[in-house]
Amino acid sequence: MESGNKITDLLTKIDDNIWEIPEDYSPGMNVPGRIYLSDKLIRDLEPETLDQVANVAKLPGIQKFSMAMPDAHLGYGFPIGGVAAFDEEEGVISPGGVGFDINCGVRLLRSNLTVDEVRPKMKELTERMFEAVPSGVGSKSRLRVTDSELDDIFLHGSKWAVENGYGEKTDLEHCEGGGCIEGGDVGNISIKARKRGRPQAGTLGSGNHFLEVQYVDKIYDQEAADAFGLEEGQVSFMIHCGSRGTGHQICTDNIKTMSQASKKYGIQLPDKQLACAPAQSEEAQNYFGSMICAANYAWNNRQMITHWTRDVIADTFRSDIDELGLELVYDVAHNVAKLEEHEVDGKKKNVYVHRKGATRAFPKGHKEVPLKYRDVGQPVLIPGSMGTASYVLHGGDRSMDISFGSACHGAGRVMSRSHAKKEFQGEDIKMQLEKRGITVRSAHPAVIAEEAPGVYKSSSEVVNVVHELDIARKVAKMMPMGVIKG
Amino acid sequence: MPSTEVKYEYLEHTADAKFRAYGKTKEDAFANAAEAMFNVMINTSKVDCKHREDIIVNAPEIDELLVEWLSELLFLFEVDFLAFGEFKVENITEKDGEFELSGHACGEEIDLERHEIDTEVKAVTYNDLRVEETENGYMVQVTVDT
Repeated sequence: MESGNKITDLLTKIDDNIWEIPEDYSPGMNVPGRIYLSDKLIRDLEPETLDQVANVAKLPGIQKFSMAMPDAHLGYGFPIGGVAAFDEEEGVISPGGVGFDINCGVRLLRSNLTVDEVRPKMKELTERMFEAVPSGVGSKSRLRVTDSELDDIFLHGSKWAVENGYGEKTDLEHCEGGGCIEGGDVGNISIKARKRGRPQAGTLGSGNHFLEVQYVDKIYDQEAADAFGLEEGQVSFMIHCGSRGTGHQICTDNIKTMSQASKKYGIQLPDKQLACAPAQSEEAQNYFGSMICAANYAWNNRQMITHWTRDVIADTFRSDIDELGLELVYDVAHNVAKLEEHEVDGKKKNVYVHRKGATRAFPKGHKEVPLKYRDVGQPVLIPGSMGTASYVLHGGDRSMDISFGSACHGAGRVMSRSHAKKEFQGEDIKMQLEKRGITVRSAHPAVIAEEAPGVYKSSSEVVNVVHELDIARKVAKMMPMGVIKG
Repeated sequence: MPSTEVKYEYLEHTADAKFRAYGKTKEDAFANAAEAMFNVMINTSKVDCKHREDIIVNAPEIDELLVEWLSELLFLFEVDFLAFGEFKVENITEKDGEFELSGHACGEEIDLERHEIDTEVKAVTYNDLRVEETENGYMVQVTVDT
């Protein structure tokens, strides 16, 4: 786009919080772009993010719109917050539309503990969690899985953890897709991806990943909160991580293959990172089978971390998991491609929905929402930045209609990591947070500066957009008490 | 355009790290790109050269060769827990539409304190990837996922 233009001059406002990038924005777009942002948030959007939304609109077989959620910001290839659905036959599958951290996601663990019970023990609790859950660059798991165990994890996800004593059967019922996507294929997973995967099952990683102790500050929707087991003043635990090195390697391996495949199938790429292949081609299906394995690895990863977290909580409060009510509320993936049924032009059809930094938000009545939540809609978990509020929402009635059943996945960055490190000192941020009663424990101090609250959009502003659009409705707001960073 | 004295520089990117590396030859620019990437993760000036890792990678395009080279180093960092501080690309050749790079990196086992662990690089992307000949030699541009 030309410099000097106001970003809103390039867009058509369709309705409150809905902006369209017209098809003539850039040559080759097959569908318009749609960006869900408030009048306030749109002013902070980088123009290059529009270009990325437009680039995705150029891929073959894209349905309805190339979309970006309200936490949208510049990514590589797809924008972060990007959602795109491709026809099962005429469309494509693109590893870049999922990203390197396949099935990066969030889960929420509730408890019967109150904020007053937990507050005096926060230092001890965070220290023990930090000890129990390996985190940081190069961190290795407490157990090293064998190759055949790794295959089981790739094929069965969280089920492997639960069957091996890392959790309860109900954990699987309270997880997107039961903590596993069927149809994984280990046949195309490289030796490198296996080497990276074996020592890292049950590790948090680094960057924006975290384990957070929170309390429920406010309930917006009593009926949904009752269904999710949430009430004001209650302490909960949020886990944010993904598929670690194995996911990164599977993506790396497949983008290389797809780059050649794009040429072979004559697909014009506006950006090499959008490398893709026709959905039913061998290359695309090989990737999809491997991606499922990485997604399953991530669910298993979060399940093992959940188990160790429960152990620490039970031990710290000298009680047991049942007594403490340490139940999984839900677990959502926010970097994944899934074959889903959606209505397009009045007809039901199967599409490959790519969510790159976007969460599923299926409404009440949808068959993939766990029975326990089917009358209210799936829990949608939206973490805030370090030191700011996180939100629990439920899938809204309009999500299937306007966003292929998707919502935002977080607050969305507005400042680069390098800029953040110039602006903030890790130690200062830590002290400021501690003054506000938030304990911080980190493997590497630089991470605290990079992830300082000031580098993100306001999570409440972002959440209000999906709430107003009825993509997902607010249920509860949680405030942080302590955070463990990689 | 900076002089060839500048080995590399970082560009602004909201979520990830993006840099340009320069060199009189392709080989030098590729080696400097590796140093730029490792300086996102650690302080390379604190790394002693105790262990040398020889590397050969192949790719059908020159820019993809750059991704292969950096990805291989990243793999060794994570799996063998090696921090690298010195990088040398001996040769980049093209034969029958296939590019090959031979080079090496020198470093030691990661010391979490001494090497000043900074931002974790997850992977090397193809986004806005460039290998270009300039008046003074070569410029390469890379975005890494952090």
